[in-house]
Amino acid sequence: MATAQTQTAARFMMAPAVLLLLAWMIIPLSMTLYFSFQRYNLLMPGMEYFTGFDNYRYFFANPNFWAALTNTLVLVGGVLAITLIGGTLLALLLDQPMFGQGIVRLLVIAPFFVMPTVSALVWKNMLMHPVNGFFAWLARVFGFQPIDWFAQFPMFSIIMIVAWQWLPFATLILLTALQSLDEEQREAAGMDGAGPLSLFFYIILPHIARALTVVMLIQTIFLLSIFAEILVTTNGGPGVATTNLTFLIYMQSLLQFDVGLASAGGIVAVILANIVAIFLLRIVGKNLEA
Amino acid sequence: MARAISTRRKIGFTILAWGIGLVIFFPILWTFLTSFKPEGQAIAIPPRFFDFDWTLANYETVQSRSNYFRHFSNSVISAVGSTLLGLLIAIPAAWAMAFSPTKRTKDVLMWMLSTKMLPAVGVLVPIYLIFRDLRLLDTHLGIIVVLTMINLPIIIWMLFTYFKEIPVDILEAARMDGASLRQEVVHVLTPMAVPGIASTLLLNIILAWNEAFWTLNLTTTNAAPLTAFIASYSSPEGLFWAKLSAASMMAIAPILIMGWFSQKQLVRGLTFGAVK
Repeated sequence: MATAQTQTAARFMMAPAVLLLLAWMIIPLSMTLYFSFQRYNLLMPGMEYFTGFDNYRYFFANPNFWAALTNTLVLVGGVLAITLIGGTLLALLLDQPMFGQGIVRLLVIAPFFVMPTVSALVWKNMLMHPVNGFFAWLARVFGFQPIDWFAQFPMFSIIMIVAWQWLPFATLILLTALQSLDEEQREAAGMDGAGPLSLFFYIILPHIARALTVVMLIQTIFLLSIFAEILVTTNGGPGVATTNLTFLIYMQSLLQFDVGLASAGGIVAVILANIVAIFLLRIVGKNLEA
Repeated sequence: MARAISTRRKIGFTILAWGIGLVIFFPILWTFLTSFKPEGQAIAIPPRFFDFDWTLANYETVQSRSNYFRHFSNSVISAVGSTLLGLLIAIPAAWAMAFSPTKRTKDVLMWMLSTKMLPAVGVLVPIYLIFRDLRLLDTHLGIIVVLTMINLPIIIWMLFTYFKEIPVDILEAARMDGASLRQEVVHVLTPMAVPGIASTLLLNIILAWNEAFWTLNLTTTNAAPLTAFIASYSSPEGLFWAKLSAASMMAIAPILIMGWFSQKQLVRGLTFGAVK
């Protein structure tokens, strides 16, 4: 009796959250799906008609799509490589005894709290500017020709900026995982004569493997939709050199007003993200005792 | 002897870690220093580290010229508003799932998380059109609604993991003593849940403050927060680095300080409890 009452109460308490999220997911997504089968341009109102898979065909036939897809993969892959390897090394370092550990931690984690538009503009102007930038000065001090980062290596420049923002995240989570490693296990391995390398590969790496996977998947979700950094630095250029899928769809919808084509792209992006999400959800789900 | 070696090791690690930490922090430090320089010295080569004419003029200019305060208050309104609204919706839901779980609770939680994985660009067009028709473009209400919805899954998950740690025995004891649901919530649950709620609040203000995809696409002037304000510095090609730096510092300082205080919660909140 009491439990039935609590169950009803529980259902009422969950209802707003569930209904709102359901609406938030289903209404726009079904609209995107519907638009993706329509010829629909905001500049020609009242001219919508059903076109079947035409938008998808145009989208896939567009060479920019394949460029954007490649760019997306390069961007995600590059940032992941830097943050996972760098994050592991940094976490190992921060786990060692040192003076002022807390302050170093604050320094390392800070970039994560900087809003994307700020970090992109600061890097673009004050650090990477080919004439007055800090890097240009450094290059000249060491006798090198300064690099015009966004003209010569546009994608690499964006990868650096984004990796700077996400390195703290990886480091912090891997450090948390490291600190839960059983000290005795480490000591036992040390007594058995394990060197630092075998200690890392046989004890530490297996211990943080799950945290590494979680970091990788969560970052992938966010990195697939990098937008602000591209908007304020290169605007997708030069050409389409830094246009990722998110930016391509943004251009098609809000700049060219082609709702149908952009929606088809949106559905493609949803499918891509879902492939990653399935793996992430499985890992999180395993850990959940509800 | 062993102690001498370990002290030497400690000093070595200290130097290495401080060096790397300062390199990582350098862009922020550089922005901080540049924000106090006159424009001419901000672009000077070789760069001036501390030997420049310290000035607060940039901060004054940014405030007076580009409506910094309007954007700042827009950021506060949308970040705080969306977080409070999110908590209002999420607290009952997380409470119900933590204390009266059913067979389906886990599925519901997983499903909520899955909505977070929906890429924003997949729903950009419909949201834009709906907002246009409802006249929500460039309004506080519109931004609050969007930020609430995109962060709701994280809020619910964080609260759920905190509520899970509250001992159920206490609740049962209260129930035995004849406490009503309302009394249970007000006198038993709330005091124990406050720390978890506070951490959730903090993390979500940070996330909402820095959110840039929706705020850039759905606002123009009236409701534009600091993310958009800073983005407006990208268009002119002039070298106003000192002013850009001052504006940047004002945009990130409050959140940087809050973030430093919420490191631990960040791990829990952003990994959905998978790493503690």
